[in-house]
Amino acid sequence: MLRVDVEKRLGDFSLAAKFETAPGVTALFGSSGSGKTSLVNMIAGLVMPDRGYIVVDGTTMFDSKTHVNVPPYKRGIGYVFQEGRLFPHMSVRANLDYGRRMTGQKRDEAVSTRVIELLGIGPLLDRRPGALSGGERQRVAIGRALLMQPRLLLLDEPLASLDAARKAEIFPYLELLRDEAKVPMIYVSHSLAEIRRIANTVVHLNGGHVVDVGDAKSIRAPVSEFG
Amino acid sequence: MFHLTHEEWTAIRLSLWIASVATIVAMPIGIAVAWLLARKHFWGKALVDGIVHLPLVLPPVVTGYLLLISFGRRGFIGSFLYEYLGIVFSFRWTGAALACGVMGFPLMVRAMRLSIEAIDRKLESAASTLGASPFWTFLTVTLPLALPGVIAGMVLCFAKALGEFGATITFVSNIPGETQTISAAIYTYTNIPGGDAAAGRLVLVAIVLSLAALIISEWFARRAGMRYHGD
Repeated sequence: MLRVDVEKRLGDFSLAAKFETAPGVTALFGSSGSGKTSLVNMIAGLVMPDRGYIVVDGTTMFDSKTHVNVPPYKRGIGYVFQEGRLFPHMSVRANLDYGRRMTGQKRDEAVSTRVIELLGIGPLLDRRPGALSGGERQRVAIGRALLMQPRLLLLDEPLASLDAARKAEIFPYLELLRDEAKVPMIYVSHSLAEIRRIANTVVHLNGGHVVDVGDAKSIRAPVSEFG
Repeated sequence: MFHLTHEEWTAIRLSLWIASVATIVAMPIGIAVAWLLARKHFWGKALVDGIVHLPLVLPPVVTGYLLLISFGRRGFIGSFLYEYLGIVFSFRWTGAALACGVMGFPLMVRAMRLSIEAIDRKLESAASTLGASPFWTFLTVTLPLALPGVIAGMVLCFAKALGEFGATITFVSNIPGETQTISAAIYTYTNIPGGDAAAGRLVLVAIVLSLAALIISEWFARRAGMRYHGD
């Protein structure tokens, strides 16, 4: 599904990660500062690696040897950011529709109705992001990324900015997404509890390096990282 | 009694026309320059920044004189434009609009640049992951979010253009019906015996127009600002 082998120096920090993922949900696990977000930004095309390659579904997105670097807007990779990043000047409806309009896809009412129902955001469509709660905002952000029909969905700690109650509110939607939308996902988190529930494979990062790749159910973490 | 003569009306109409043309023509250039200064690092950026701001600090007469020797009929740019495009600036209203646009440009760029710099760039990268090319990102995210600053910049430019005097009179003189704006007309009236009443009327008009421009821009900026915070 996704093949990554990248190196990048960011100031004092150096990241060197190599892994492959199977279809389904792959978790990128590690404490803060382990390079998870940098890695996801490279997959999305927002940060350019110094060396290496990124191949999604057989399509080379980046390869330093052949000087391939597909810009983010042509990668077709959905990204749910930690802070949502909804467009404040557009309604929820326009936010949801943005990816479809920009990628020039035809309007498919069936798909959008399904995603809107799946995420329970029907009643929010005419509101502005400023009038949404944190949990609602994150659900809209997930819907927005899904509705561009991505070949791969990146979720960078989508629950990190939410309190426990909000997390509990959104998590079932993520599980639904995994079971029904069938989009391959990269789920970034430092919480083992979340990862055990959602992912089938785990890539464990520490200090910018992949220390372990394995089954999500059997992952063990250093005590200090237990979340 | 407050009754405007034909000449006074002509000066008012001409002022509004010249200021409007100057502002509208300067706007796209101003947005482009503001974006460049806010977002790009390039060789000679400080120089570009300096040249843009020059009309703000130079004596207006100097700006007018520089326009005269470059955009005049025999100037190096003016002669080219006349020969190949048939455009004439010297002693025409077009020249007055050029002078007003140049004088208002730094104010316009400042306001626009600040508002572009204030935009969260993370929203632009979010747009790019959703399939928006840099051009569409600018059009659908950057520009709408910078709108209050763009409007403020346009109003500042318009107000500056409406009141411009030194550069305009140096470049295109003070010809009634062609280059005589409100400011130039007031200057003329204060120099002729018995012109006080006419000058006074035009002063009142200038105050009303400037106030109206400010109020309209405030209204636009508030409307644009409202769109960020809920509904």
